[in-house]
Amino acid sequence: MTTDTPVLEFRNVHTHYGPVHVLKDVSMEIRPGELVCLLGGNASGKTTTLKTILGMVVPSSGDVLVDGEVVTGKSTAEIVARGVSMVPENRRLFKRMTVLENLEIGAYLREGEDLEEDLERIFEMFPRVKERLHQKAGTLSGGEQQMVAVGRALMARPKLLLMDEPSMGLAPILVQQNFEIIQQINEAGMTIFMVEQNANMALSIADRGYVLQTGQIVLADTAERLLANEDLRRAYLGELE
Amino acid sequence: MTARPATDVDWGRVRAWGLYGGLTMAFIAAIGMVESLDARMMVHPVLSLGYLFLLWAPPAFGYAAAYEPVKEGMAAPAKGARDLVAGAVAGLLAGAVFGLFIVVAATFDLREVFVKLSPVLVDLLTFGRGVGFGVATWIVLSTGLGLVGGLLHVLPERGRAAVFNALAAVFVVALLELAVVDVLETFRLEAVERFLYAPNGGITIPGAVVVALVAGFVTLRTTGGAVLRFRSRYAAMTGEERRRFGVRWGLVAIAGLVVFPMIVGGLTNELLANVGLFLLMALGLNLVVGYAGLLDLGYVAFFAVGAYTTALLTSPLSPTLKPMFRLDLLTVEGWVVMAIVIAVAALSGLVIGTPVIRLRGDYLAIVTLGFGEIVRILFLSDWLAPLFGGAQGIRNIPPGYLGPIKVAGTSPQTIFYVVTIFVGIAIYVAWRLYHSRIGRAWAALREDEDVAEAMGIDTTRMKLLAFVTGAILASFSGMIFAVKVGSVFPSSFKLIVSIIVLVIVIVGGMGSIPGVVIGAVVLIGVLGGPTQPGLLAEFGEFKLLLYGVLLVVMMLRRPEGLWPSVQRQRELHQEEFLQDAWLKTEAAQAAARGEAPS
Ligand SMILES: Nc1ncnc2c1ncn2[C@@H]1O[C@H](COP(=O)(O)OP(=O)(O)O)[C@@H](O)[C@H]1O
Ligand SMILES: [Mg+2]
Repeated sequence: MTTDTPVLEFRNVHTHYGPVHVLKDVSMEIRPGELVCLLGGNASGKTTTLKTILGMVVPSSGDVLVDGEVVTGKSTAEIVARGVSMVPENRRLFKRMTVLENLEIGAYLREGEDLEEDLERIFEMFPRVKERLHQKAGTLSGGEQQMVAVGRALMARPKLLLMDEPSMGLAPILVQQNFEIIQQINEAGMTIFMVEQNANMALSIADRGYVLQTGQIVLADTAERLLANEDLRRAYLGELE
Repeated sequence: MTARPATDVDWGRVRAWGLYGGLTMAFIAAIGMVESLDARMMVHPVLSLGYLFLLWAPPAFGYAAAYEPVKEGMAAPAKGARDLVAGAVAGLLAGAVFGLFIVVAATFDLREVFVKLSPVLVDLLTFGRGVGFGVATWIVLSTGLGLVGGLLHVLPERGRAAVFNALAAVFVVALLELAVVDVLETFRLEAVERFLYAPNGGITIPGAVVVALVAGFVTLRTTGGAVLRFRSRYAAMTGEERRRFGVRWGLVAIAGLVVFPMIVGGLTNELLANVGLFLLMALGLNLVVGYAGLLDLGYVAFFAVGAYTTALLTSPLSPTLKPMFRLDLLTVEGWVVMAIVIAVAALSGLVIGTPVIRLRGDYLAIVTLGFGEIVRILFLSDWLAPLFGGAQGIRNIPPGYLGPIKVAGTSPQTIFYVVTIFVGIAIYVAWRLYHSRIGRAWAALREDEDVAEAMGIDTTRMKLLAFVTGAILASFSGMIFAVKVGSVFPSSFKLIVSIIVLVIVIVGGMGSIPGVVIGAVVLIGVLGGPTQPGLLAEFGEFKLLLYGVLLVVMMLRRPEGLWPSVQRQRELHQEEFLQDAWLKTEAAQAAARGEAPS
């Protein structure tokens, strides 16, 4: 483990939706270059965790730190500007805009900068995206949409990439490819925080993992040890396989 | 191909369209349109607007009855005698239904329920020669016209276009009588005027024939697809060429806008000024609804704020505050007035916008509607009467000035020029915003607010920006309106104004600047505004009905509007095959430009 400041840190975070208590005393940290996954069953609070990072919901107590600085209560725009970007659940592309327009929106906060280089990098990673550049995003297949969603998030040149259930709704073969790409991006130096229900897949590429159950972190360990721990996974994640 | 028997007709379709046709005619007669619109001559002396409103139905429904869908990959159905049969039978059916209506209207006194079923109407429908004659005439006429509808279906595309354009040209020339006469008189072409128009209104028969022949001939001679060719030529231009093209035609347009009001008379200028006022509002609302996707039904509030602020600042009869500024747009004093109007509008945009901006969709629409009414009621209230004059409003608003030129409602020309300047500014602002980062942020916001936020777009600020910019444009319109009318009353700022401005935006094409311009010209220019008459001033009470019909037809047939924005067209035609077709033409154009296919 490195000793650098964590890219992301949660200190005893509680999050409410109105009166409903969703995240309960969550603490965690992600260090530069790590690929960390957050595992949890349905409605355990995974998406809420990501929204809390981005400031789309504000914790009722506790602090969120990005690069060692407290960002609790800051606006989403400010947090994104500090280098956090997200691939949302179900990809959520701007379906009626072209692929290129989607990518441009990803770089929204990099006002006036040259995007050529970034686009080239994305085309290299996903040649399909280049072919579809002027097509409406809504007409792409699920796998292509995933590529554009990842590309859109990378256009912001983030320090920390958040991914909300990247395997959701994809055919098994695409899930496999998708995880390979996530791994590649990580190996190229990107810090990634990934939320997943598909524990086997996620742990096979992750460095570490946290397990969330009804809003509480019940387990935190290296990926290997979590992978080995079948009973725990069955108990906490209610896995189907 | 074997000949089809003339009876190879989809009888269900014929029956349905025939019935619809007859019922449509009966409806139009029963609501009193025929009677009221009979006053306006279209073709003198045979065709009034009232009769026209009946006579379009049989050919249109006859055409619909003969229509057969063409399916991709299958041979187009052979046309021929069957189409004539379908059209004629549909026409006959329509005539019969309408005849039945005449008989009922003539026999029973139904005026308790249908107030417009007067003896005058029956007289009109039977040509004053008895029910028997009337019914027989309508059946024959309707059958004949239905046959014409069927015939139109048999004609090849080009011929149909020629007939349609010929009729449309006659209609437009009759419609524009007021303006055309003005122009002809300016150029001392009384002879042409006497040939074209009857002394007491309406195009003459020889005039109609000539206009129809010219329009038909021109249609036949010009090769089709002119618009498409223009588009591909424009697409092939380089940036520099496009800029020069834009400047050249922009100058022509400006010259036209400067000269046109000089050669037409007061009534036409009045009409143009009204179009301008509504266009200015519509451009503002287009930012809010078309760009940012916020359905604001209380937009009239900002129009009212602009008008009242101007009244307060300039009128000597303003109840308490009377700074009595002189609104001269070429002096500092005038700029102070403008600055205050802008500030008050922006502030009211923020005050109304801030609480409602977090609401979405329907909720936003309902709450803004409420705010719009609240603003009007505040101006009306006794509580604020010491400031705004309650129901009496504020009168004696002095004219505005542009240096030595007096700008007042008594000279609608000057109002038109001023409003045109502001419309120019509004178009420039809207265009620049649309092609900026802000425009892209609005598009993202409209599409998916949560994701837009996650991309770092400050959604609240972007929405407020749209709201405030829209408010300022509406307040300009209000300012000019106040000067034009010379007084402001709460009753000028009813919900209907918001609705009509919204209809302009929707019918023209949401998010499209040329669309909004066309929408304003067609709706305000032809049909008229809430209280302002249009070219078809006789529509009066039927205006809202026609607005409604237009809106329904547009939503069903052309939801992207008359001149859609590229974006909106994409949004509404999501089907993959259209997308593919679009990609193909795009590739073809790229090839034509000499680019390598990617
Ligand atoms: N906007 C919201 N308002 C109220 N409750 C919410 C909202 N979003 C999520 N929740 C609730 O919070 C809990 C956690 O949701 P979420 O974080 O989406 O779970 P996950 O992503 O793990 O499936 C669920 O019980 C859900 O019903
Ligand atoms: Mg989730």
